[in-house]
Amino acid sequence: MRITQGTFSFLPDLTDAEIALQIEYALKNGWAVAVEHTDEPHPRNVYWEMWGMPMFDLKDAAGALLEVNACRKAFPSDYIKVNAFDSTQGWESTRLSFIVNRPKNEPGFRVVRQESAGRSIRYTVESYAVDRPEGSRY
Amino acid sequence: MHNANPTVDLQALLREANVLDVIETLDRELVGLLPVKQRIRDIAAYLVVSKARASLGLTGAPPSLHMSFTGNPGTGKTTVATRMAEILHRLGYVRKGHLVSVTRDDLVGQYIGHTAPKTKEVLKRAMGGVLFIDEAYYLYRPENERDYGQEAIEILLQVMENNRDDLVVILAGYKDRMDTFFRSNPGMASRIAHHIDFPDYSEAELYEIAALMLAKLDYRLDAGAAAALAEYIAKRRTQPHFANARSIRNALDRARLRQANRLFATGKPVTRDALQTIAAADIRASRVFQGG
Repeated sequence: MRITQGTFSFLPDLTDAEIALQIEYALKNGWAVAVEHTDEPHPRNVYWEMWGMPMFDLKDAAGALLEVNACRKAFPSDYIKVNAFDSTQGWESTRLSFIVNRPKNEPGFRVVRQESAGRSIRYTVESYAVDRPEGSRY
Repeated sequence: MHNANPTVDLQALLREANVLDVIETLDRELVGLLPVKQRIRDIAAYLVVSKARASLGLTGAPPSLHMSFTGNPGTGKTTVATRMAEILHRLGYVRKGHLVSVTRDDLVGQYIGHTAPKTKEVLKRAMGGVLFIDEAYYLYRPENERDYGQEAIEILLQVMENNRDDLVVILAGYKDRMDTFFRSNPGMASRIAHHIDFPDYSEAELYEIAALMLAKLDYRLDAGAAAALAEYIAKRRTQPHFANARSIRNALDRARLRQANRLFATGKPVTRDALQTIAAADIRASRVFQGG
């Protein structure tokens, strides 16, 4: 099951040239670009690992793309995303975030039912991938 | 009918790039430096021709434009590097045309594993523009075999080769020390296509530079001061630690200080003229004239 998180996730995967154009757009707006990766695909997992520092005084997309590719090389089957952070007052948050790398095989999620007090049931989703330990999921 | 021998208007391409006015300002604002200006013209012409070739479908890998600027202090290396960034940008060789100016401190780390991220950070910032490494010979310290400078050089080399269309690297430094640097780093020497030497300024050129600087600051010399300045330049050149245009700028800064002091000492209201004029006494008070 293809994970759809962030911008462009319903489109076919972006090519490097398209990623560069998006980064260019972020830089043009003065947003700082950062690369993050994870192997825990749960939609509520907001704490991805940082791949280096956010790149603050970048002028050109080539630098960020270099980091994206370095991250892909190190974690070829992780989810990798590019975040663009707007530091202007009033925003101070991520303005753009999109996935640039995903595992070849995404097993999807199952529903977990937990019986709790009385006859009530709590529902949650869990990725099949997380059955295996961190680092060997994909 | 298909034209078997199409033509390209090179002059039109050059005009289109708006590069002529950058070269003209260079001519106007930078005194002397004839070999440097000629070299910049050559490079501009070369890039225009490459562009023309590409427009007609002739093959040609993008030319390598990494450069080395050698010359004594104050001969205008940094200034020319800034202009070079602009020229390369207008000719479409670099995408953004900014200049990132660094020295050894910005590239080399202080402990193991610190250098690579630091150098890469700088390289990333410079992408799309020009990376200017001042006093580049400090990167290589043969006396300490565990020096991290070598690591920075290796990363630089790699990026200079693989990301040739993302950035242009300009190394700058004194001639003799840069020669030693290139001799001990043949990899670096072979990746730099353009070695540009900045000659020292003559007395007349230095005087012209002083006049330009003063005109920009809305000052002028009275007749006595003009003679004093010419004399000052002749004397200063023979003294140690002479840094060409930089020494002249410092001398003018001190002359302005003395002028301000002199105006205060009069204790009277001053005219616009007086505020603008540097007198002979302001320049003659320099220690250069006291034989020291």
